[in-house]
Amino acid sequence: MISIKNISKWYGDFHVLKDCSTEVNKGEVVVVCGPSGSGKSTLIKCVNGLEVFQKGEILVDGVSVGARGTKLSKLRARVGMVFQHFELFPHLRVIDNLCVAQLKVLGRSKAEATEKGLKLLDMVGLQAHTQKFPAQLSGGQQQRVAIARALAMDPIAMLFDEPTSALDPEMIKEVLDVMVKLAQEGMTMMVVTHEMGFAKQVADRVIFMDNGQIVEDRLKTDFFSKPGTDRAQQFLSKILSH
Amino acid sequence: MYQFDWSSIPGALPYLWQGMARTLQITVTAIIVGILLGTVIAVLRLSKNSILSSLAALYVNGFRSIPLVMVLLWFYLLVPSVISKIMGQPHMDIRLLSAFVAFSLFEASYYAEIIRAGIQSISKGQVSAGLALGMNSGQTMRLIILPQAFRRMTPLLLTQAVILFQDTSLVYVIGLAEFFGVAYNTGNRDGTLVELLLFAGAVYLVICLSASTLVRILQRRLAP
Repeated sequence: MISIKNISKWYGDFHVLKDCSTEVNKGEVVVVCGPSGSGKSTLIKCVNGLEVFQKGEILVDGVSVGARGTKLSKLRARVGMVFQHFELFPHLRVIDNLCVAQLKVLGRSKAEATEKGLKLLDMVGLQAHTQKFPAQLSGGQQQRVAIARALAMDPIAMLFDEPTSALDPEMIKEVLDVMVKLAQEGMTMMVVTHEMGFAKQVADRVIFMDNGQIVEDRLKTDFFSKPGTDRAQQFLSKILSH
Repeated sequence: MYQFDWSSIPGALPYLWQGMARTLQITVTAIIVGILLGTVIAVLRLSKNSILSSLAALYVNGFRSIPLVMVLLWFYLLVPSVISKIMGQPHMDIRLLSAFVAFSLFEASYYAEIIRAGIQSISKGQVSAGLALGMNSGQTMRLIILPQAFRRMTPLLLTQAVILFQDTSLVYVIGLAEFFGVAYNTGNRDGTLVELLLFAGAVYLVICLSASTLVRILQRRLAP
């Protein structure tokens, strides 16, 4: 489904991504972790073309992201993304946040889009808040709306960029619960997160990045039982022991 | 002691009102055209295309470095010949038409800067969110960024409108009688110039103070 082949990216002289390669198959959940500044967010933003890369190739459902002929907007409409800071549209009501792209990008009718939106808000447990504005919701609620907004486009895969990092601790669970449900329903997911509990519960594979490189890319059980590198081991012991 | 003579004001009220109507006509036209054109220029100025952005910068900096009176005079001298070339003899008062054009283009340069700052004040994450949903950059600007930017800019846009409202009095240089012009002419004719100018000043004061109060209320309401 998502195939990343030898990606390199520079910001000026700074080498952010160094020859990264990995695959995410249909229905697979892959967690990307690593210390801050290791390039995890940059990597998943390359997948839907929000960040450009200078070398290598990314294929999403057979479509090359960096190629000249590729219509990025078309590709992005099929790949959902959830951001660290939610990025709900503050001037639109919750239901309109879910409808705007359905109407303007997919060309769905108002009735169809609203029905889809309400169904998804019900799924994330926010059916009571459809007419509110984002600022009237808690962080956890906002992030659940953001997930529903991405799902409203019927994506073939979902990208999560540190979806719980900006949340108060007591709100993390409600967001993770939605993500777990999604994973169990068979959604293809690439998730940048430090939530190792989530990784243990639903991930198929775990990628560990450090310094712009993919240091480990292993099955979940292998990753947690016997990390292959000292660097990953150190990282794990630091975030698991607190 | 100077003896005030307010007697000529009641009789002049219909003319003064006509003048005020003209003032408002010019102000409203310049606000609407200025904001529409200003938005286009602001978006061009932020465009990645360096030719478009430098053309927009040239427009903004050009108009902002020329005194308004001069712009008015130039357009007064220029517009008639251009218009008659395009559509023959115009049916409209040529002075009014050139005032419309001059104020609209001039205000567009000021509005463009306000709108540019407004667009830049919206976080990049909002652009990313729009793009990630499959919108193209035009849709993201129109549906996501501009609505938020305009909400944030409303007080500034209104403040600029108040300045514009006062600046319309400059059209006396092209012989157009708006509110200030009518007051001046009436006072001159009746020998009550001081009274009429005081009266006109009071009217400007009331209108602008009310608008500023509105701006303050809006600012408080729109504060994030």
